[in-house]
Amino acid sequence: MKRAQWVGWAFLSPTLIVLAITGLLPFIYVLYVGFFDWNIFSAREGLNFAGVNNYRRLVFDPEFLRSLWYTIQFTFWSVSISLILGFMLAQLLIKDFPGKTFFRVVHALPLMIAPIAVGALWRLMVIPGFGPLWYGLEEGLGFKYRIGASGTQAFLTTIFMDVWHWTPFVTLTMLAGLSAIPQEPKEAAMVDGASTWQVYRYITIPMMMPIILTTVFIRIMDALRIVDEVFMLTGGGPGDATRYIGLHIFRVVFPKTDYGYGSATSLLTLYFTIVFCWLLFVAITSFQKK
Amino acid sequence: MAASKFKKTLSWLGLYLVWIVASLIVIVPIYWLFIVSARSRVELIGTPSFIQTSFFAENYTGPLSDPVFQRYMINSVVVATSNAILVAVLALLATYALTRWKLTGADNVFFWTITNRMAPPAAFLLPLFLMYTRIFQIANWTLFDTRIGLILLYCVFNLPFAIWLMKGIMDGIPIELDEAAMVDGAGVWSILLKIILPLAAPGLAISGILSWIFAWNEYLFAATLTSVEARTITTGLAEFVTVTGTNWGEMAAVAMLAMLPALIFLIFVQKYIVMGLTFGAVKE
Repeated sequence: MKRAQWVGWAFLSPTLIVLAITGLLPFIYVLYVGFFDWNIFSAREGLNFAGVNNYRRLVFDPEFLRSLWYTIQFTFWSVSISLILGFMLAQLLIKDFPGKTFFRVVHALPLMIAPIAVGALWRLMVIPGFGPLWYGLEEGLGFKYRIGASGTQAFLTTIFMDVWHWTPFVTLTMLAGLSAIPQEPKEAAMVDGASTWQVYRYITIPMMMPIILTTVFIRIMDALRIVDEVFMLTGGGPGDATRYIGLHIFRVVFPKTDYGYGSATSLLTLYFTIVFCWLLFVAITSFQKK
Repeated sequence: MAASKFKKTLSWLGLYLVWIVASLIVIVPIYWLFIVSARSRVELIGTPSFIQTSFFAENYTGPLSDPVFQRYMINSVVVATSNAILVAVLALLATYALTRWKLTGADNVFFWTITNRMAPPAAFLLPLFLMYTRIFQIANWTLFDTRIGLILLYCVFNLPFAIWLMKGIMDGIPIELDEAAMVDGAGVWSILLKIILPLAAPGLAISGILSWIFAWNEYLFAATLTSVEARTITTGLAEFVTVTGTNWGEMAAVAMLAMLPALIFLIFVQKYIVMGLTFGAVKE
């Protein structure tokens, strides 16, 4: 049955208008402002065209580059650890056992609570003076643990927190994936004398690949844009050891009121994320075609 | 026979051991937050203990009786609820159009919606701040520091996910139902309201609840796009770390209050969390 196109677009239009205002317009605006000098505290008022000066400054800005590098390191470790842990947990828990629903509810908890509260509760865990984790490491193992003083420890703690926060997500998606794949090929291979490792290498993992890749994709996106949790835990410190790119914009770029330069920073961050995700997306689709 | 039975028992024991350890790792920090929220300043000093017999209610009654904090709570409730309703309505209309009409370029539109969710929010702080304070301005009124500003803004990450979730559900409602109604002379609105809405209602409820939680949990935009009037509970929680001489007990209590809705709603949406967080890519 033929339906008039304009009626369909009319139903779609409220969504398009809202997303254009909140999603597309800021993007165009940040692109525009990035080409101007605009600082409300500078002598020259208003917007002054500056060409690509902001971007030229940016690619040599050590603070920006350092925070980008920290973000990449953080993303790499956090994503790989949570993936391996989550995958292993899902393998162990695939069997039906009494209390499975309870387990799933418990593991969905960190996914639902406010990220800012995740930061708050980890701060209370590691705080010198009464945090149990601090106490265990300092008094129990005699290890000097101060995330306020040691950059490395702060960095590792943020990774630990992120792994705590998102491993359940990996576990739950992997569980969903594992229960969706057919059991026959696995059983047939076992009958033919394949080892457990071979079953994983040639059957389970290839069949799980679409879900593994989707999970990796989402995990990387989430790790790249982390702000709230780290802001509560370390505030980006000590120094700039945990000032990941989102936090860099929020704590350093934003308060400076250097709007032109800030826009260039925002846009380049966006650009890196898009290129990175696009490459990943291409890799995933080409892998799925094989 | 005995050996294999022994092995089986051992594997079950191992399973439960992993199960318990993994659950403890998840629960202990949350439990500790609760413990801190139930203690006075003095009780916190010394060896951390996980057993609590008393309850220091002032940590809760303090913030709850503070008018500023009450305003934060009300703002959070209003913003999250309005946003959830708005998102559910818009997603219903949008997916009705996407699944019932063969619109030219609909696939591109559908994909574009999701890119809004993928973008790092920090990259949008500055342009949104400038837009909210300078561009959307009518005389002295701006979107900055208004609830309506936050309600609209939260659509940018809730709407794409709701559309992706609803599209799967709407695709599952047979189009023959519409066509039969159309033959009987029903218009587009009566088809939507009388035939599709009842069938799509459970999906809408899930989208609404998850949107509510995401809007309630949001911090970054609430912190930069509000200053006094429209501040939400998450910004209230963050204020504890920027103010010197932190009262940890009160901070823990506020964090508990900020977590509470998620804990309650979790029971209803438990099955759909994975679908919600993977844009419907992974179903259970």
